[in-house]
This record gives sequence, C-alpha cells and structure tokens, in this order.
Amino acid sequence: MAQTLEKHTLDIQKIRAQFPVLHQEVNGKPLIYFDNAATNQKPKRVIDALVKYYEHDNANIHRGAHALAARATEAFENTRVSVQKFINANEPEEIIFTKGTSESINLVASSWGRKFLNPGDEVLISTLEHHSNIVPWQMICEERGAELKVMPINEAGEIIIEALDELITEKTKMVAFNHASNSLGTINPVKYIIDKAHAVGAKVLVDGAQASSHLTVDVQALNADFYAFSAHKMYGPTGLGVLYGKRDILEKTPPYQGGGEMIKEVSFDKTTYNDIPYKFEAGTPDIANVIAFNEAILFINELGKENIAAYENELLAYATDKIAQIEGVRLIGTAKEKVSVLSFEVEGIHHFDLGMWLDAKGVAVRTGHHCTQPLMDHYCIEGTVRASFSVYNTVEEIDAFIEALKSTISKFKK
Amino acid sequence: MSETINDIQNEIIEEFSMLDSDMEMTIEYVMELGQQLPEMAEALKNEDNIVKGCQSKVWLNAETKDGKMYLEADSNTAITKGLVSILVRILNGHTPQEILNADLYFVDKIGLNRFIGTQRSNGLGAMMKQIKIYGLAYSAKAE
Ligand SMILES: Cc1ncc(COP(=O)(O)O)c(C=O)c1O
Repeated sequence: MAQTLEKHTLDIQKIRAQFPVLHQEVNGKPLIYFDNAATNQKPKRVIDALVKYYEHDNANIHRGAHALAARATEAFENTRVSVQKFINANEPEEIIFTKGTSESINLVASSWGRKFLNPGDEVLISTLEHHSNIVPWQMICEERGAELKVMPINEAGEIIIEALDELITEKTKMVAFNHASNSLGTINPVKYIIDKAHAVGAKVLVDGAQASSHLTVDVQALNADFYAFSAHKMYGPTGLGVLYGKRDILEKTPPYQGGGEMIKEVSFDKTTYNDIPYKFEAGTPDIANVIAFNEAILFINELGKENIAAYENELLAYATDKIAQIEGVRLIGTAKEKVSVLSFEVEGIHHFDLGMWLDAKGVAVRTGHHCTQPLMDHYCIEGTVRASFSVYNTVEEIDAFIEALKSTISKFKK
Repeated sequence: MSETINDIQNEIIEEFSMLDSDMEMTIEYVMELGQQLPEMAEALKNEDNIVKGCQSKVWLNAETKDGKMYLEADSNTAITKGLVSILVRILNGHTPQEILNADLYFVDKIGLNRFIGTQRSNGLGAMMKQIKIYGLAYSAKAE
C-alpha cells in the first residue's frame, strides 16, 4: 500500500462520538455505514458551523458594507486558504468553489475545452473513470471535433502503463483521470502520468474525488494542471466542490457562467471579467457550506492524513483478508495500491439481493455500477457490492458485516 | 366464484402481518413467494418484455384468453422476482378492465414502501404501471 503501514495512533471511539448520524438503528440493527465512497458522514463541528452561520453571520459576501457581511466574507475566504494549504496550492486564488467534482470537471471541459480543443486533437481518459469524468469530455469532444481515447487497465484494475507511450502523443491535449477509483479503489500513478502528458505539452486534470479524504494531495509536487474534488466525500457538506487550477491556465481559460461576482465592469456594450478565482464563481456561492467545509478540513488535519490513511489501510487489509475466505466471493479490483474500497460479487447471487439483505441487517453498502458502466463492461459484470471505509469505521463493524454477508449467502444455498 | 383482486390483496396483507414488520423476515418471505412463481418461457424473456426503471432485470408478459389476462414474469434477482410474483398472484386471470381499475393498496399496507425503499418501490411502481399498460391495450382491443 502507498501509505505507511505503521500502527495508527487514533482513538476511534472518540472519533465516532463526533458523528451523530452513526448512533442509530436501521431495521432494528445498529447502523454500520460502509457507503463512504458515495458520501461520508459529517462530524458535529461541521453541522454546528452550518447552524452557527445561519444563526449569527448570514450575509451575502464580498459586497455588503456591514459587520455581518464582513464576518461572512472573512470566514468564506478563510476556507479558501484552508483548501489551498490542504492541497498545497501556490496561492488561494487558484482555488475555485464549485458544486462538486462533476461541476469542476464540466467547468474545465466546457471552458478550457471550448477554447483549446480543436479538430484532430485528442483527450485521454482511463477505463476507471466515473461518468463525471467521461461524459463532459465526450460532449466537448463531439462539439470540437476532438477524439476521446481511453487508457486500458489490467485484470487487477490498474492502468496499463506500458500502453501510455502509444496513447500519449503530440495530438493529446488533455489527460483526465482519477487519483483513486471509486469502484475499485485503485490508486493511480498520478505523477508518472502527469509527467508523460507534460512531455507532449498536454494538460492534466486529476479527479481527486476519492483521494481527498484518504491520500495526501500536493498539487505542486504532482504538477497537476487541474485537480477536482467534492467536500461531501471528505466529511464536509453536500453540494460543494473545489477546482484547483494553475494560475496561468485559469487566466487563459474563459469564464464558465455569467452573472454577478464574476465581472469587473458591465455595460451593454462590453463586460470585463473579474480576476481568478471570482471569474469562475458567478452568482452568490454556497456560503454556508463553504464556511462549514473549513471544519471538515480542520477535522482531517487534526487527525492527520497519515494517521487516517494508516488506519483505513488496516481496515481494508483486514476486510480483504476476511472476505477472501468466503466461498464464492470474487473481489473486483485487486490493485497493489488501493484506497479503502472493497468491491466484490458473489457467485450466483445478484448484487441487488446482497445489498437488500445487508441493509436488512443494518449494513449500508452500495450496489450497482457505481457510475462507472464502461468499467463494469470491462469486467463483463452489471455491478458489484461495494463496501468503503472511513476513519470512524471499526474492525468490529467489519466482523459484523462479514457475518451478515455469510448468513445472507447461506439463504441462497438452500 | 373466483377471488376478486381485493380478496387476494387482503390475503397477502394478512400473510405479511404475521411477519411483525421485521425486515429480514419480510425479505425472506418475498423471496419464498418468488420461488413459487411459475417458470417463464425463455423466449418471452426478450427486450420487449423488459420493465424499465428497476435496478434489476424484470420481464413481464401478458396474454389474454377468454377475455381474461394472464401474466408471466421473471427477474434476475431473487427479491425482485418475489415482488413481481405478488403482482402476478393478485392480478393474474382477471379481465383487463378489472386490472385497469385495480387499486393496489397492498403495497402500503404490507409496508413494502417502507421496506423496499424508494428505488425499489419505483421498481415495483414500474411493474404495476407496465401491467396497467397491458390492461389498457387489451381492454381497448376487446372493444
Ligand atoms: C471518482 C469520482 N469522480 C467524480 C465523482 C462525482 O462527484 P460529485 O457527485 O460530488 O460531483 C465521484 C462521486 O461519486 C467519484 O467517486
């Protein structure tokens, strides 16, 4: 595994206590929440920050001449600085707030793509991509007469590096792929691919949706041109995401949407645009969620990403070992380096039935194609059951899940 | 006199009431009912008979004989097969008009809404809609 396998130093029970939603019963059983790759739960401090904002500070930002507006603006911009530091961007202006990873990718595909993609150019993605990192590129490629190419993967679910020499050429203008796969957990060799893309002058967008809460992200060390992620997958609020972009590229990229905030001056003849990041933040942003997101980042920082990763790796290794012992289970995605995602199918039992039974036993998992249909096609399957772990999950929960799975399988063996 | 649609619904409500709203027992029973569903001819499991709107695959075929509608169904998942088998049990052998007019109140009464979740009740909803569409088509033909 990529991260150190040193013993973590976290007090998991103390961490669990910070998550109100975990302390409930579902279908008469204690909730075991293993759908963290879809969205993970929110610590009390994030929820409190939302309430506090609406109770004390609510005001529109960047414009009002009053105390509340000043407070809200300061808190909002504080989050931008936290995000900048969180991914080690060079400056806060390189951090754009969006609705989520999907919108971040759409912004780049549509604004950067419309200006810089031309007929005959190529955009390269990977077989592992979420629909959010496929469809926006398909749309812009079609519009611009560019071609979409796909990096292949091996049986374990790893990008076949040897294929890149042929795929990354002078024609390649954009390489877009995920840091970690949401369906399989595979951690991709980001730096290696970025360097290869840069060698031919292509730009790179990294979909960091599944990496942001599990892996240390340093956009400067990676030399990523764009990096996209969602707050809700890292203990933060829903409906909020981030697009990081290098200053010089963002400055050359036309605005995404028009409206308030993104302009310098408007007349009916001509509008001049604001500087980055505001150029890309038309309209009143999601102020409350941005402010609360800061608490999510602080939560992660205080625990320490290395500690979180080490603990999650322990959970993954433990669960992988246990589940592999169950007859009929086939793991989908066995990459050497993975985030804490465990995707599998069970011979002769539809993933939907497994998901319903697990739910009846209090275990929340995701079933289906996980928004990666081309990847499922690669494995010739319709979908998988996916259990994914966050820092508040425990070994005892994994034991209970394994028992639930075994007893479910036995129902089908009659 | 054969049973009416409501007679059968009431029977089913009665059966499920013995499960005490326990999720596991409910699923188990739904699966059992699915196992009793008569086998569907392979040839009928075609694109035309696929019900859209379910996470799993469901096939539904309807034919009429002597003014009555007969249903055949199958699914690639055990639970969905159970759900569709309940519909077949309730609606099979009634006239297209009766099927069209049927008020399928059993879904709420046996807590399938609560138990099966939105996506699944959509699946159940899609199946009910499909049967009604067959009913409509056949009742139009009969006129
Ligand atoms: C790898 C990956 N990319 C993109 C997305 C889309 O994120 P969002 O729905 O927050 O825009 C997800 C979320 O499921 C994801 O896992």
